[in-house]
Amino acid sequence: MAKKKIKKILKNKSSKDTGIKTAREKMIGQHIGYRYDVNLLPDYNRLTPFLKKYIEHMGWDDLNWLEDVHMGYESGKPAVFDRNVNGWVTAPPNMKLPKDQQDRDMIARELLIKFQMSPKHPLVILKKAYQKFD
Amino acid sequence: MASIKDHKSHELGLHQEVLTGRTQQVFFNPEEVENFYYYDSYDVDFNKRTTIDVTKLDCVAVNKKIKDLMKKGYGTIVLKNPGAKHSLGVGILNKLNLIIEGSLGYFGVGSIDGPVVRISGRVGWSCAENMMAGKVVIEKNAGSCFGAAIRGGDLICKGSVGARSGIDMKGGTIIVGGNAGAFTGFMMQRGRIIILGDVGPNLGDSLYDGTIFVGGKIGSLGADAVEAEMTDLDRFWLKRKLKVAEINKKVDYSKITKIVSGKKLWNYDNLEPTERKGAI
Repeated sequence: MAKKKIKKILKNKSSKDTGIKTAREKMIGQHIGYRYDVNLLPDYNRLTPFLKKYIEHMGWDDLNWLEDVHMGYESGKPAVFDRNVNGWVTAPPNMKLPKDQQDRDMIARELLIKFQMSPKHPLVILKKAYQKFD
Repeated sequence: MASIKDHKSHELGLHQEVLTGRTQQVFFNPEEVENFYYYDSYDVDFNKRTTIDVTKLDCVAVNKKIKDLMKKGYGTIVLKNPGAKHSLGVGILNKLNLIIEGSLGYFGVGSIDGPVVRISGRVGWSCAENMMAGKVVIEKNAGSCFGAAIRGGDLICKGSVGARSGIDMKGGTIIVGGNAGAFTGFMMQRGRIIILGDVGPNLGDSLYDGTIFVGGKIGSLGADAVEAEMTDLDRFWLKRKLKVAEINKKVDYSKITKIVSGKKLWNYDNLEPTERKGAI
């Protein structure tokens, strides 16, 4: 009975997750690892004007923490991970993304900055609600 | 005891929010205006400079003073006579030039998000712990757990660092001009570590992801840390990053070893007992 249930769960999992390919992944019923290169170093020739301005504004020499930001996926949609809310921020559906990961990553960095600096960011609401002192 | 119902979060309706973990979906609004400031952060001017004498102040008073000065628009703050006091310059979530003339004790400049910090002396344990963004340059040596759990930014020590540097790091770059102790990059999950000198035993033990570059000798590799091939992008990036780190040492890029995760420990919980033995 219990075995049947586990098999059913694994079947459902694998049918939804198209990333499951290797024998090991099929055995454990889940995808191993990321679906994009998290260790890819940024190509500075592809910096967008917005990111150039941001670097200058902060007084840094390069992308700094944004070097670790990449365009990932959430439920099959392109999304960028916001560490401040510990969740994925889905890219606008009508946005056309380039195929090259370097270019996609630059767009992800731009989206994330705009999202984090927005007064509509979820942390702003939390801060208003729970802030104890200035 | 104050009632939970009296909390102002109820006025905002947050009490009805259901915490559902990863199912949370946030959508980016393409109409966001160009803005480089976090909500509630201060607009500071790098040319507006002031000094704080730390001699007779404790860490809470110093950190509060830094915040008050940022509120007034000071973009460059110099801390004089820090006297190796602990927890100085922590929790700065703003752009700022912070210059520390002397040495710091434990947990210096922790949890920072944005500032550029220059320290002319040494630092104690867990310097820049949980750093989110910015740049920290230390002219001399650092203690153990240097850059513990950092998530982003550039953390640079021109001298040598102790054991467990970059433990549990989740992003960012740690650059060491001298040598590093045992268990460097222990349980590292993401980011990059550059060590131009030698490194002690168990380098990158239980490394989940991320990259470690070593210019000198490696004591030994830890569980699941393996050598990888250097690419042209790696070399180009290293050259550029060492310029950012202000390290004027002559580096032979052909002798640098690149260490990455062997990924045998990935999904460890799902491994069979025999597989676990092989992974460790």
